Amino acid sequence: MTSLSTDAPAASTARSGKRAATPESRPRQSFWARENIAKILFVVPAGLYMLLFFGYPVAKNLVMSMQDYTTKTFFTGEAPWVGFQNYITVISSNLFGPALLNTALFTIASIAGQFAIGLALACFFNRNFPLSRFLRAMLLLPWLLPLIVASATWRSILDQDSGILNQFLGTFGVPAIPWLTSPDVALLAVILVNIWVGIPFNVTLLYGGLQDIPAELYEAGQLDGATGWKAFRYITWPNLRPVVSVVLILGVVYTIKVLDIILGLTNGGPANSTQTIAVRSYQESFVNFEFGVGAAFSNILIIISLVFAVIYLRANRRAVDE
Amino acid sequence: MTTATLNHSSVRVSALRRKAIKTRASTVLGILFLAFMLFPIYWMVNASLQPSGNTLSADFFPWNPSFAGYEKAIADQGKNLLTSLVIALGTVVVTLAIAAPAAYALAQFKFRWISWALLAILIAQMIPGVVIANALYAAYNNLGLLNSIPGLVLADASHAIPFAILIMRASMMSIPASIIEAARVDGAGQVRAFFSIAMPIAKNALITAGLFAFLFAWSDFLFALTLTTTDEIRPVTLGIYQYLGTQVSNWSAVMATAVLSSLPAIVLLVVAQKYIAAGATGGAVK
Repeated sequence: MTSLSTDAPAASTARSGKRAATPESRPRQSFWARENIAKILFVVPAGLYMLLFFGYPVAKNLVMSMQDYTTKTFFTGEAPWVGFQNYITVISSNLFGPALLNTALFTIASIAGQFAIGLALACFFNRNFPLSRFLRAMLLLPWLLPLIVASATWRSILDQDSGILNQFLGTFGVPAIPWLTSPDVALLAVILVNIWVGIPFNVTLLYGGLQDIPAELYEAGQLDGATGWKAFRYITWPNLRPVVSVVLILGVVYTIKVLDIILGLTNGGPANSTQTIAVRSYQESFVNFEFGVGAAFSNILIIISLVFAVIYLRANRRAVDE
Repeated sequence: MTTATLNHSSVRVSALRRKAIKTRASTVLGILFLAFMLFPIYWMVNASLQPSGNTLSADFFPWNPSFAGYEKAIADQGKNLLTSLVIALGTVVVTLAIAAPAAYALAQFKFRWISWALLAILIAQMIPGVVIANALYAAYNNLGLLNSIPGLVLADASHAIPFAILIMRASMMSIPASIIEAARVDGAGQVRAFFSIAMPIAKNALITAGLFAFLFAWSDFLFALTLTTTDEIRPVTLGIYQYLGTQVSNWSAVMATAVLSSLPAIVLLVVAQKYIAAGATGGAVK
């Protein structure tokens, strides 16, 4: 096996060496040129796509956020330059503070819930009992459904008058809670749904991390009396740490931009109690047709994501190094 | 002496039995957890089979299933389901056509900038969809791509292409360079080597990438919402949103549409579990 893999490059250098020795070097040159062009052609479609559908939007958003870009722009083609005016509009709007706070609450609470339940389930499935593989795969379902389907389903469950949740709570004498129609609980309801959607992702990644911890560590720990909670505290947790940081940071990056669930459940209401930066960005652009202001909102979103992306990449590198 | 060994073995037997009971208890507990997690999905199916009306029935089981909801769903949303299907299939084709060669190149060719390309792909996955929608709306407006299937296919591919490149590259990394080298010596061009060696070996990753491209495009809501302005081209996710928009007047039709839109995910999770599980662990996206 080893000899095979070391042989191959040696053979190839021998071949090219032989070719170099032939008097005709022009065809060889054009062969390598063609070779390199062929290689580049493999990545050209993807490179173009990435530029057009990721690079261009980011650049365009930056420019748009400095322009008075509205419906009028589509007719006149004019988008007057306004500098940082859109950002001033955003930050001084009275929805900015609440939206930022909601984004933080939504993100932190969602991740805390998803992670805690996800870790518990991952530890549970790590026991590998009969059917565990099948059950774990089925657990992916909430994550694979279209988010708007999840929203519709939860809308029916959380319905104040006839939803099953209130009927269930009613049997314990709890008065009907206006989950999605009261500003006091709407954010909580949206967070609960998002936790439900995110659990499978957390279970999958954390389970993978648990599987990578060598069984010998637990066997050795058992001799030292580390079982149960102690084994988790002194063996599982320290070894899982790199995976944990990746899960948490990716969680932030993906949760901060959640839009489908909030639009499907509450549309940012009632009384703006579920407005987040992502919802603001969507509504400014596609409801108010203030594309410049919407772009400013989404750039704020990008900056927050970017901070966590950098943390992610560093954590990931550490995870690889360790 | 004999009693001692007897005792010993009976202790062992009871320990084994305790272990067996424990694993059985785990299975039962696992089923309970799953039932709890999947209850909303059961409830969706249940609600879809209740007689139509604007209130939700509290029956725990559809004893007298009514298919009125499905009739209305198909009448209202049948065309939208078809639109979603066409868009999802188109996205699979575009994603694989663009991502597979790139994955092969990033796995096998020794470009100096590979780590930069991978970094760009990772970052691209983190860009909020609303940023892309914001810019595409203006561009599509100029190009006449609003309200068009190609426009939605190309936009939806942005959900899938970075993921597809990463997951296919991971599997193509394991192809020994010597195999491709051998084919090249036999006179196969780069393209031949890619199609007849790399693609068959990476078949599983190709299927996983294709399945997820389908699911991502089928689930897409943001681009459907922002890049269409008429109801000519309307993916079913948008159809559900419009059902929900006003006061919901017919829950069984909404839920029937929800069930129909869940079918691809449910079917794929059952028949292609291996590939879905591979994608869930390998990709770590969405």
